[in-house]
Amino acid sequence: MKTILTINNLTKKFGPITAVDNLSFTIEKGNVYGILGPNGSGKSTTLGMVLNVVNKTSGDFHWFDGNDTTHEALKKVGAIIERPNFYPYMTAAQNLDLVCKIKNVTDAKIEEKLEIVGLLDRKNSKFQTFSLGMKQRLAIASALLNDPEILILDEPTNGLDPQGIHQIREIIRKIASTGTTILLASHLLDEVEKVCNHVVIIRKGVKLYAGPVDQLNANHGFFELRSSNMEVLKNALTETNLFDSVKKNQEDDFFTAILTKPMEAEELHKILIDKGIILSHLVKKRESLEQQFLQLTNQKSA
Amino acid sequence: MLRLLTIEFQKLRYSRSAKVLSIIYFGLFTLIALIASIKFNLFGAEIHIADQGIFNFPYIWHFNTYCAALLKIFLAIVIVSLISNEYSNRTLKQNLIDGLSKKEFILSKFYVVASFSLISTVFIFIVSLILGLIFSDYTEIGIIFSDLEYLLAYFVKLLGFFSFCLFLGVLVKRSAFALGFLFVWWIFESIIIGVLRFLILKDAVTTEYISQFLPLESMANLVKQPFTRLNIIQSAANQLQTDVAFDYAVHWYQVIIVLGWTAIFIWGSLTLLKKRDL
Repeated sequence: MKTILTINNLTKKFGPITAVDNLSFTIEKGNVYGILGPNGSGKSTTLGMVLNVVNKTSGDFHWFDGNDTTHEALKKVGAIIERPNFYPYMTAAQNLDLVCKIKNVTDAKIEEKLEIVGLLDRKNSKFQTFSLGMKQRLAIASALLNDPEILILDEPTNGLDPQGIHQIREIIRKIASTGTTILLASHLLDEVEKVCNHVVIIRKGVKLYAGPVDQLNANHGFFELRSSNMEVLKNALTETNLFDSVKKNQEDDFFTAILTKPMEAEELHKILIDKGIILSHLVKKRESLEQQFLQLTNQKSA
Repeated sequence: MLRLLTIEFQKLRYSRSAKVLSIIYFGLFTLIALIASIKFNLFGAEIHIADQGIFNFPYIWHFNTYCAALLKIFLAIVIVSLISNEYSNRTLKQNLIDGLSKKEFILSKFYVVASFSLISTVFIFIVSLILGLIFSDYTEIGIIFSDLEYLLAYFVKLLGFFSFCLFLGVLVKRSAFALGFLFVWWIFESIIIGVLRFLILKDAVTTEYISQFLPLESMANLVKQPFTRLNIIQSAANQLQTDVAFDYAVHWYQVIIVLGWTAIFIWGSLTLLKKRDL
């Protein structure tokens, strides 16, 4: 698989503070990556370094096969960091035209990309008249102008209203479905969970995890179960030795049974039916990214 | 180079303030011609400025480049705001992310500086040539195209001054503060020269020798004041028995000093930008 970005032991210090500490990961073509981390965990600094605006303290990184200089490689990348930055006195189309000139691509795709983000009818309005959501969408259009090998988005939904957030998500999903590699930095976990298949989790500049979302936690998921006779159910579940723990939270009216080895809902259902237990509720779940993330960050701090 | 110039030109073209200031600047150039119509009374005699030889070749090259250089502050504002706006709109960051290198960024700004200087020089050449052809007492080709080193000096002077503005823009990041800094620096240089002249060296010649290396002073030295060179002033001085001997010539080492400063400012801007986290 083609590697797009390789980061080796990248470190950034701001005076006494280490913002990014020995970070290493790679980004392969065709995946949608999420960089997760609380505010101030070094996400934006990392992106800043690979995007040529923040100077690294030590370590190295290279784009693609490492033969191009960073700024040449960036012409094949589309990126938006923090908030949309354009010339306020130029119109949307003029701003995009300028980006085309910087990236050395033809201006033929301006209308097409404005169409994707739904700004075609405002192409001749000045940037300063745009709302935050429109600015953010224009930034996405600008990042797409060169049909980039990878699209980097840093907190793309920050500060937007629910409608704006929804629009941006739809756009990201549309772009991801065309096979474009995406790197999405966010502290909003449901956002990452909805679109990403790989995650890199960092906290205080240190990498906690990098890999596919579904391998993030070694756990095999858990069942939620309810039956008319909860006591019998509990005993039956404990007897199977399949579960780590069988618990009932106070606010729930069902048991949560955490699996110790892989098992499908059908199998468990069959076992229970054989024991004469009829279920009124059976759901197999994986822990949400949020729960996994909190678990992971808490583990490491403990 | 053409790519960088078109990028910068697009940034300037749609900016209203840049347009207005440039129009004022080049408009004022042509207003030099209006000096021709000034008439006033001195000791009862009517004096028509145009008849006093200010538009004579080759003196006109000196006179017009000196006057035009006074207007450079208009383009200085354009250059300083062109750079500080890149900071305040954070478009500098976006330009870099979009694939411009830091070197290309400074280079593109330097091209703007060089273009402004070149356009000004060509413009003042045309205005002077036309005014000269109308009013000059001498119109022989040999005389018309003598003393053209003032145009070169004018070009280098603008190049150095605008590069200084570029550097201040990169350094200070805010246009108002950068222009303020320019003004403060000008006062600072005057103070240094004053202190050297009257407190430390107490000698005009040595002071001049040292002060010619100061950035603004070196630029000012390139095209010196032309007024005492006028016939009318010279004859008045003779009558009053004062000596106004003054070195008006453009010296090669003065050009080198300003080119040196230009290189320092551009290199300094690039180094600053490279060291900064944006």
